[in-house]
Amino acid sequence: MLFLDAFRWIFDPEHWSTVNFGPGILDELGAHLWLTLIAVVVTAAIALPIGLYIGHTGRGRRYAILLANVVRAFPTLGLLSLLLSTAVFSSQDAGVVANVLVFVLLGVPPLLAGAYAGLESVDRRTIDAARAMGHTEWQILRRVELPLAAPLILGGLRSAVLQIIASVTIVSFFGTNSLGDFILSGLASTDYVQVVAGSILVTALALLVDGVLAVVQRTARPRGVSRGRDRTTTARGRSASSVSRAPMPEGN
Amino acid sequence: MDWVLSHLDEIWTLTVAHVGLVAPAILLGFVVSVPLGYFASRSRVAGSVLLTLGNILYTIPGIALVVLVPVAAGLAILNPANVVIALLIYAVAIMIRSASDAFASVSADVRQSASAQGFSPVQRFWRVELPLAGPVLLAGIRVVSVSTVSLATVGALVGIPNLGNLFTDAFQRQFPLEAVVGLVTVLLLAALFDVVLSAIGRVLMPWNRGSSVRGRDRARLEALPVENATQVL
Repeated sequence: MLFLDAFRWIFDPEHWSTVNFGPGILDELGAHLWLTLIAVVVTAAIALPIGLYIGHTGRGRRYAILLANVVRAFPTLGLLSLLLSTAVFSSQDAGVVANVLVFVLLGVPPLLAGAYAGLESVDRRTIDAARAMGHTEWQILRRVELPLAAPLILGGLRSAVLQIIASVTIVSFFGTNSLGDFILSGLASTDYVQVVAGSILVTALALLVDGVLAVVQRTARPRGVSRGRDRTTTARGRSASSVSRAPMPEGN
Repeated sequence: MDWVLSHLDEIWTLTVAHVGLVAPAILLGFVVSVPLGYFASRSRVAGSVLLTLGNILYTIPGIALVVLVPVAAGLAILNPANVVIALLIYAVAIMIRSASDAFASVSADVRQSASAQGFSPVQRFWRVELPLAGPVLLAGIRVVSVSTVSLATVGALVGIPNLGNLFTDAFQRQFPLEAVVGLVTVLLLAALFDVVLSAIGRVLMPWNRGSSVRGRDRARLEALPVENATQVL
């Protein structure tokens, strides 16, 4: 039974330090998470300010949607192979830059959508009340909109992280270490136990990270804010039901 | 350009193979998601179970799913059907939510009026709810189609030929032009699928043309799939 053998493979302590004289599970896991982390940090640095600007001012939303639709059409594998087959990105370090570039492109749309949808879900009357109390625009953003929008923004972050963590698997094809190594090298040597073990590891990692982020997201709702708050009023003239949830990931 | 002209045959073969993987997945994805989405919109419990399941399936990385499908289904690991099934799973995972939103957008008043006029539940579904849910279903399947066309390229990594082969080959030979050709072909194919789907939508839903979906509603429809949820908070 392939599944059982695969689990046995995973729980073999030797495989955690080395597999076929190459990097073991721990090293690959570390490389996978490291690349994911770099890409997520850069994604957040780009998407959060822009998303908050769009959400706070209501300007430029159309372009964010357009970007999401365009990005969805581009295959990650194609973008990676295009960049990595050019001379510019042939060195090891430049290769990492190319990887990060592509994954950031992948992560920006969901986080952007989460950020502006989050701010849009805040009840207009709450913002007007804050303004009437003398808050500056900056204070409104920091003290009112951000805390109320936190669950949706984190939902966007969660989608972006998942998107990236899943796609990092394919960098193995381009010679960068990730958990995908076990799948691809297993396919090359028709070692299907290793292939299935690699797939289980990648899937488990994605589910685990998703679960952790889901818990973080749940705890981010400020105390005293009811679950149904965004159903009662339409925020910025749009139907509440379409903004009351986190954005969806697209493709991996 | 010379390379493109001398490899037209190969590009065409890969394109046909690509369509062979993608088209059944999109079609079956729609057929499977509509009833599931309907149940999800009608029952709270079914809704949260189905949407959560969709999210979990969606979380599985592409290569892993393509490899796990044959093991779970007992197929050969190099069977193209694996890619179709994996793409179908993703399509359903995305589409269930759109379909559920689509049926939820039919107002309760309309449903009750239909029942009051003597429609049986089956008649009501086919003649009232499905047509009214149509525009949102169309928006959903268009999103599914674009991402499926692009996602299928991953199949090349596990040895199922499709347009992704142009990408793997471009890298192995350090030949960027081939990757560009692959990207352009994938984008053109996605655009073609999109045009076909909207044409089908226009034929099946003539009332949806022109002024009936006005500015803001149209913008909202287009934004829906983007802002759709991974989960209900």
